[in-house]
Amino acid sequence: MNRLKILIIFILAGVLLAGCVSKQPTEVQPTVPPATTVQPTTAPQTITLNGAGATFPYPLISKWSSEYNKIKPNIQINYQSVGSGAGIKQITEKTVNFGASDAPLTDQEYANVSGILQIPESIGAVVIAYNLPGIQKGMKLSGDVVADIFLGKITKWNDPKIVSLNPGIQFPEKDIIVAERSDGSGTTFVFTDYLSTVSPDWKSKVGKGKSVSWPVGLGGKGNEGVAGLLSQNPYSIGYIELAYAKNQNISYAYIKNKAGNFIEPTLETTASAAAGAVPTLPAGDASWSSVSIVDAAGDNSYPIGSFTYFLVYKEQTDQTKGKILAEYLWWAVHDGQKYSSDLLYVSLPNDVISLNEKTIRLMNYNGQPLI
Amino acid sequence: MDRPKLSFFRISRSKFSGDLIFEAVVGFFALCILILAFLLFRELFVESGLSRNTFGLGFLTGSTWDPVKEVFGALPFIFGTLVSSFLALLIAVPFSLGIAIYLSELAPDRLRTPLSFIIELLAAIPSVIIGLWGIFILAPFIHDYLVPPLSTYLGFLPLFQGPMYGPSMLTGGVILAFMIIPITSSVSREVIMTVPTHQREGALALGATGWETTWIAVLPYARSGIFGAVILGFGRAIGETMAVTMVIGNSQKISESLFSPSNTMASVIANQFSEATSSLHVSSLIEIGFLLLVISIIINIAARILVWKLLRVEGGGRA
Repeated sequence: MNRLKILIIFILAGVLLAGCVSKQPTEVQPTVPPATTVQPTTAPQTITLNGAGATFPYPLISKWSSEYNKIKPNIQINYQSVGSGAGIKQITEKTVNFGASDAPLTDQEYANVSGILQIPESIGAVVIAYNLPGIQKGMKLSGDVVADIFLGKITKWNDPKIVSLNPGIQFPEKDIIVAERSDGSGTTFVFTDYLSTVSPDWKSKVGKGKSVSWPVGLGGKGNEGVAGLLSQNPYSIGYIELAYAKNQNISYAYIKNKAGNFIEPTLETTASAAAGAVPTLPAGDASWSSVSIVDAAGDNSYPIGSFTYFLVYKEQTDQTKGKILAEYLWWAVHDGQKYSSDLLYVSLPNDVISLNEKTIRLMNYNGQPLI
Repeated sequence: MDRPKLSFFRISRSKFSGDLIFEAVVGFFALCILILAFLLFRELFVESGLSRNTFGLGFLTGSTWDPVKEVFGALPFIFGTLVSSFLALLIAVPFSLGIAIYLSELAPDRLRTPLSFIIELLAAIPSVIIGLWGIFILAPFIHDYLVPPLSTYLGFLPLFQGPMYGPSMLTGGVILAFMIIPITSSVSREVIMTVPTHQREGALALGATGWETTWIAVLPYARSGIFGAVILGFGRAIGETMAVTMVIGNSQKISESLFSPSNTMASVIANQFSEATSSLHVSSLIEIGFLLLVISIIINIAARILVWKLLRVEGGGRA
């Protein structure tokens, strides 16, 4: 009996030690499928690509993963929606095959990751949502008024600046309750990018970023947090993703665009803003830090929108996986786009797709193009 | 005090080798935790180096937190953490003491076990669920029923001035109070139960009523242990993240009014870490984590020392 116990303890200790020791070699070598990689066509083994990044495109990317798996059953695409920041970090450290970010890489980030390609894969819009008893969807607002509200300069709903944009609507003399995202997010980036573009005051006092120092207001975590603040506080205003607002039937404002028209946020008006920005887009391997489709030209362009990006390396280190990745990206920006509108994402305009084709053709293994 | 150190292989020499291995294995497990704690501490310290070098002690006193201009000061978060935790204690301590006294002194035996079980079960509710309850039930309740009388009758105090929108320092404090009542009350109950029966009997023999017995003989005897329990609750309140984030309003303004939104150290880390990309931003968030760890360690050590003192010196046989 005692012998048995001693034996068990020995075994336990052995297992434990083995566990400690065997850690080191696994760290050195990331998963590479064994020698058969040279002839991928003959081996129908499952190959997994890992991606990580923004939460905003997560529903779309997971739809793509499942659809792509139907076409090519031996390819598995995993995407973790850990946030753009974490996605950029993981692709920089090469722990994933692709990253995703709601904002283009800043110049500093771009400099840190040599040979990165930025591939816009979808477009998102941000709406100005409000809870104003008696007033339905379609209040009209302009960029400088929105900036003044979020700066705390306009504090009452019956402020002359709001009233003059909306003739015929009776506004209550109530304090405006401002709601914003407390967590760092691409949505905040797009919204503050817009305010910085249309309001010099906002640009100098607050600026643009995924988290900013808000002059006024309450912070809610996530779209659902902001929507919760709005629904519980009459006379409130905030910003949320278009898809979330549509799904939850939240009232939102029509925004005055560069051409002077008040535009309802829809998939079409956001796509039109993206199309308007195409001539200004850089090549896929250049820095995109100054790319922005907010306040875009065009009569029918909704002014608060943004591309969301895949991040991949130009030089792939694994021929098989690199080829699969390139094919997947090619599929996503072409056939994959047809799944966008059902999920309330904006499909890429044709000009952006042809730009992406050029970018994906830059992907190579030892100088050989992968596609 | 001079309890003989019991060692397995001292009692039973015949099983020498097996017990030695046993000691080594369990000792190794214990050591793992120590090493882990040390690594955690070291990692936070090293990773916050950039922020410490950039801001120095000004990090503790700066009240601007601006990720765009890369100016970081932790004061609003330290303020929010301490105030919301104190507020939670203010609410939770009377409740916890009441629960502890009832369960240890007054409750009939058949109620005691199920009641303490239910109270401890409160601690098992995931904090995100408490947070959701906070958003949908507690915040509107406070807004509709608690704030109007407070601002009417106590509105002359700066604490209860200004508009209240639901999420606020007050809501955060009340949520935290709910979350620390289980630990504070169960530790207090344990401590009160260590008070020797002869204390109670002595008081009763002198003609004290039940109330007087508790007040004069039991509570003073257990005071340092109860204080320890309170500090344990405080430690829990300081580190609590999710539920507070959901109801505190996440604003970086320092305001004297409890109706204003505020923010805590744990909340700002939870909110901003995943999307922080600039290295100074990340480093500053890690420094907040480091500060939080240091504060928690100090508080927990203080609590342990107080509880030990009671159990060893005053609790008699229970040590």
